[in-house]
Amino acid sequence: MIQTLAFYLFALLVIASGVFTITARNPVHSVLWLIMAFFNAAGLMVLVGAEFIAMLLVIVYVGAVAVLFLFVVMMLNIDFAEMRAGFIKNFPLGIAIALVLLAELVLGIGAYKAGALELGVADGSAAPMIGESNITSLGTLLYSKYIFLFEAAGIILLVAMIGAIVLTLEKSAADVRGQQDIGKQNRRRPEDATEMQNPEVGKGVEL
Amino acid sequence: MTEYFQSFGMSYEFAWFTATIAGILLIALPLMLAVAMIIYVDRKVLGAIMMRRGPNVVGPFGLLQSFADGLKVFLQETIIPSAANKGLFLLAPIITFTVALAAWAVIPFNSGAVLADINVGLLYVLAVSSLGVYGVVISGWASNSKYPFFSAMRAAAQMISYEVSIGFILVCVVLWANSFNLNDIIVAQKGHGLGFVNAFAFNPLLFPLFVMFLISAMAETARAPFDLTEAESELVAGYQTEYSSMSFALFWLGEYANILLMCALCAILFFGGWLPPVEWEPLYAIPGWIWLFGKMFVFFFIFSWTWGTVPRYRYDQLMRLGWKVFLPLSLLFVFLISGYLMLTRYAPL
Repeated sequence: MIQTLAFYLFALLVIASGVFTITARNPVHSVLWLIMAFFNAAGLMVLVGAEFIAMLLVIVYVGAVAVLFLFVVMMLNIDFAEMRAGFIKNFPLGIAIALVLLAELVLGIGAYKAGALELGVADGSAAPMIGESNITSLGTLLYSKYIFLFEAAGIILLVAMIGAIVLTLEKSAADVRGQQDIGKQNRRRPEDATEMQNPEVGKGVEL
Repeated sequence: MTEYFQSFGMSYEFAWFTATIAGILLIALPLMLAVAMIIYVDRKVLGAIMMRRGPNVVGPFGLLQSFADGLKVFLQETIIPSAANKGLFLLAPIITFTVALAAWAVIPFNSGAVLADINVGLLYVLAVSSLGVYGVVISGWASNSKYPFFSAMRAAAQMISYEVSIGFILVCVVLWANSFNLNDIIVAQKGHGLGFVNAFAFNPLLFPLFVMFLISAMAETARAPFDLTEAESELVAGYQTEYSSMSFALFWLGEYANILLMCALCAILFFGGWLPPVEWEPLYAIPGWIWLFGKMFVFFFIFSWTWGTVPRYRYDQLMRLGWKVFLPLSLLFVFLISGYLMLTRYAPL
């Protein structure tokens, strides 16, 4: 009973926030609705028993990615009139993407309805692990059966990260001059910076 | 607790609902009381450091000062700036406050005394505390004013930076305790140090992580010396500048509830939570929640002590500490600890 109610609540909120994400006039509101959608999707995942994935969704997407998203959108000064002018031009493209996504969804549900995928029955390494916690079963799968795919994903992410750093790294003379050298600041002692002077009255100090 | 309510002849669903509501009230109301008292402690400690008396007028020893402040704030007028985004402006303090309370659902106060005993307890705490930044960012943007906006930008960058190293520190503790469940992490600390000290902190590999966690916790809750989000000499009052009355009080309560949560996490992850400090049978006669509160109090004292004695960081120093010092160090410790455990606990032969 409670689970059914919770499911319909989360599902309704995901769809509603999705709709508001694309209809909101203010881009900041759009991002906030998107965050709401992420959050409720995490709730749905908890309901199906994938609590680890749900927590990762909240930590990674809501806690980090969406904050950066919000950060950028808040600082941009977006011209609404210009945005709407592009709507008609990009309409066919949007429809095409929507159709592809719909086709994938139908295909996925069709394949699911056709029968269970019987993962890993051939070698038995990924037999369903009932009674184990999410993290244990996911870890066992990732580090045994899918170890090479997992490593490959890691390498792709590493390359992407290095690429992003290289693209944004521009060291000009002005940057170097503007940078603070913390080591130098920490090494600085009061004796290096100050000097005790005891001038005679009326003589002053030579600077 | 569900069984207890079922014994009154309630149906399972209704009993579950009542039990959960009762559990939430049982945590939230004492927490609010604790926040009021800890604000008093904070002001007293700060007063002692600055060689003044601190609050001493309202009630005996000024004990009722926080309640008087609460009443005053409650009677004030709520001012909404005309240029503000009204809905989000009012939503922001509610988010801060709710998120600060939500994380307490998985904190164990005694063996089994926890509202939600879930497998991914530590991840839940991390997830909920990462939501805390939204209250600050939304309030900064919705105020439509310069200083709150600067503060929101600072907060967003600061909290994301320190969450990364906190994540790695938690991974190390989880590796050692072999569980994400906070109760299991506490039980794993039983007799950890030399067979009789109930704490992870006395493990030479985990002690540096405890120090890093304490500092990151100060940065994550934007406490001095990392309170750049509300640096009064630069940003007036940061993201709270445009707030008054109850919406301001909600920020205040949420902030202190978060600080208490971080103190509780320090106690649970590194100092054995509700376990007594050392294995000695008579100490178990004292209930577990008293041990937990005592440990939290010690950490809170460290928080206020730091506030009173350390100057504020510069923003570039803050970022350097997070990304160039804590991140590589905590990563190194993930390697060291998993390597050590592979050699000793999970030795192939």
